[in-house]
Amino acid sequence: MAIDIGQFVQTFFEESLEGLDIMEAGLLALPPGAADLEQINTIFRAAHSIKGGSGTFGFKEVTDFTHVMETLLDKMREGQMAVTGEAVNNLLESVDCLREMLMAVRQNTDIDSARVENLQGRLTRLLERNNTASRTADATGNLGSTASQPPPPPGGWLINFRPHLDLMHSGNDPVRIFRELATLGDLTVRPDFSRLPRLAEMQPEDCYLAWELELRGAASQEVVTEVFAWVEDDCDLSIEPLADTVAPPPAGATAAEEPGQGELLLERRGGDRRKSDRRGAGTAADSASIRVGIDKVDAVINLVGELVTTQSMLSALGVDFDMDRIDKLHEALDQLDRNTRDLQEHVMRIRMLPISSVFSRFPRMVHDISEKLGKLVELKISGEQTEIDKTVIEKIGDPLVHLVRNSLDHGIEPPAERGGKPATGVITLNAYHKSGSIFIEVGDDGRGLDRDALRRKGLDAGLLRPGEEYSDEQIHELIFHPGLSTAKQISDVSGRGVGMDVVRRNIQDVGGRIQIASQSGWGSKITICLPLTLAILDGQLVSVGHDCYIIPLLSIVESVQIRAEAINRVAGKGEVLRFRGQHLPILRLYEQFGAENAVTNLENGLLVVVEADGRQVGLFVDDLQGQQQISIKSLEKNFRRVAGVAGATILGDGRVGLILDISGLIRVNNAAT
Amino acid sequence: MATILIVDDSASMRQMVEFTLKEAGHQVMVAEDGVMALNLAKGATSDLVITDVNMPNMDGITLIRELRALPAYKFTPILTLTTESTTDKKMEGKDAGATGWIVKPFNPEKLLATVNKVLG
Repeated sequence: MAIDIGQFVQTFFEESLEGLDIMEAGLLALPPGAADLEQINTIFRAAHSIKGGSGTFGFKEVTDFTHVMETLLDKMREGQMAVTGEAVNNLLESVDCLREMLMAVRQNTDIDSARVENLQGRLTRLLERNNTASRTADATGNLGSTASQPPPPPGGWLINFRPHLDLMHSGNDPVRIFRELATLGDLTVRPDFSRLPRLAEMQPEDCYLAWELELRGAASQEVVTEVFAWVEDDCDLSIEPLADTVAPPPAGATAAEEPGQGELLLERRGGDRRKSDRRGAGTAADSASIRVGIDKVDAVINLVGELVTTQSMLSALGVDFDMDRIDKLHEALDQLDRNTRDLQEHVMRIRMLPISSVFSRFPRMVHDISEKLGKLVELKISGEQTEIDKTVIEKIGDPLVHLVRNSLDHGIEPPAERGGKPATGVITLNAYHKSGSIFIEVGDDGRGLDRDALRRKGLDAGLLRPGEEYSDEQIHELIFHPGLSTAKQISDVSGRGVGMDVVRRNIQDVGGRIQIASQSGWGSKITICLPLTLAILDGQLVSVGHDCYIIPLLSIVESVQIRAEAINRVAGKGEVLRFRGQHLPILRLYEQFGAENAVTNLENGLLVVVEADGRQVGLFVDDLQGQQQISIKSLEKNFRRVAGVAGATILGDGRVGLILDISGLIRVNNAAT
Repeated sequence: MATILIVDDSASMRQMVEFTLKEAGHQVMVAEDGVMALNLAKGATSDLVITDVNMPNMDGITLIRELRALPAYKFTPILTLTTESTTDKKMEGKDAGATGWIVKPFNPEKLLATVNKVLG
């Protein structure tokens, strides 16, 4: 039977990449000199699994490379080798290298063999230095068997097989051995009953018999010995050439060559298989998939069951409905409402992944960069089990990397400059759920933002007006402006200020907000607030004329009634409302979207104060309606792009409601005035 | 047809072995570690156990000892899956009561050949 193992290669890649993450995390948590056996064991196991799998799937380069790593880890595990910083760093680098190798194999591209050889050499030298004499051949992956084998005997073997009494206790069975021997040639079995006790003394589980076996055929001694490999410690065994056979036939020469040809054939076949495996893997790698815990799937199935029950309740009611049963109908509809909400929540949860998949890259990054910068940094991670929508996870990675790099580079001071603070700086990463949103905090106890420098920059760039007072928040906000960086030197770690604006844009793209709090000399904390999912948002419905619009709840600051005397008309700015000490531009939505029959007198409507990109604007609407969860449909896909509109949704009464794009509206407003 | 219990913490290995054995018409029980395997074994007999050695929670060696202590598994053939080319891992398994071993890497054909050899 031919079985294509290529179909399992995708699983192999997934589990190997997970294994590498485990190795990396384990290595980072391994303090030099310490022998945390469980930790080393975990790392070893991961390497071991990768080696085993790669061997099975025919990725020889990976097997050889992992073998060296495994040997090193094994020595550490056995306490024969010290856990030095050098060894850990080399192993960490090997993890990276292995990751690249796996990606190369997966995408069917070339492996950087120079790098592999270099690293493999370094690991081998580490091993050699540790144990100069032994096992270096083993470590280089050279498992070749000995060249000198006794030639096959002329005509067969005489085997004396005397099992120990407990041979069968290990699940072995002499009959199995005979069966296998019989496939190698002509087998004669002569039992020896001499050890057989009297029936009364006999233990049914013991093996009292011994055998003399005569095997006629061309099998080599190695092959015959191999048959007894599992029991060699459970028996007395002798294998000798049959004495009474005739001289070797001339065919012996060709027989000796044949295995060679067979090997060649096998090898070629092995090579082909590897190629097809790689092809299969390459296509499979493109399809995105998520792993979902069975409990989540079960919960959905459970809810679907309840939904079906509700549905049948409703159909039963509908068969002959009269007004007496209106209560029952309400009850069933309430149940349907609950079912729908629960189902929606649980289906969304399927797409949710723990943020640990993003956080897990940081220990390594902090380790590497802090070493490079000569800083002492401790990374504290919490809330890594907080779950976020997969799409958001994919988009949040790069901004977070940037923020942590910033903290490392600009935030945390070198040990000598940390004044009264502990020499080791602390960077914290935290994630948590709060009121329907996800919060991620990146904090450090470094030097904090330099308010004066930022202020000067802001003045220079014309973002601040000279002589005016600004709050800390307004000043800190400046770091999100393109082209502003106060770092005195540009480094290759976080670069020149082309970052924070991009970070903010990325966060906004996934419907989130970003804020910074900082205290000079004591550190900064950046808080990112993200929606739970991109497919559904919490919206405030507002009416404008006959139409209904939806404002994302996250962007609403408050809603106010307007008094006419608080309104000014400012040249070049349109209408503004004096509001909490500042001038708030007013945007009349009915004008913006050409709505008819809308309230036009400002005193008769409402102003919804919204915020985006650090700017506030008041949206003038007729009235507020309810708040509800809105499932977002693309307007672009179904109609065309409209400035100031992020998408659309179908409202409960079947009408289409437009979801407002607040930052788009603010841009439109700025352009108009 | 035989009932075979597979124990391996590597999903790709489990899938490969399970698929191969099912294709060959065997019934297969699958466990991710020794603890799971032992629980399965306590609930059902099998004709053959194939177990990895290095596993979290309970390794293969401990599993073999525990299995041998169960009356239903006293003589059940148990094979270890081992990448160790050195003999000590094989012997550690044997000392614990394993019947034999399959050396990784192996292909489906080799696996089936060994399984057929044991099951007869």
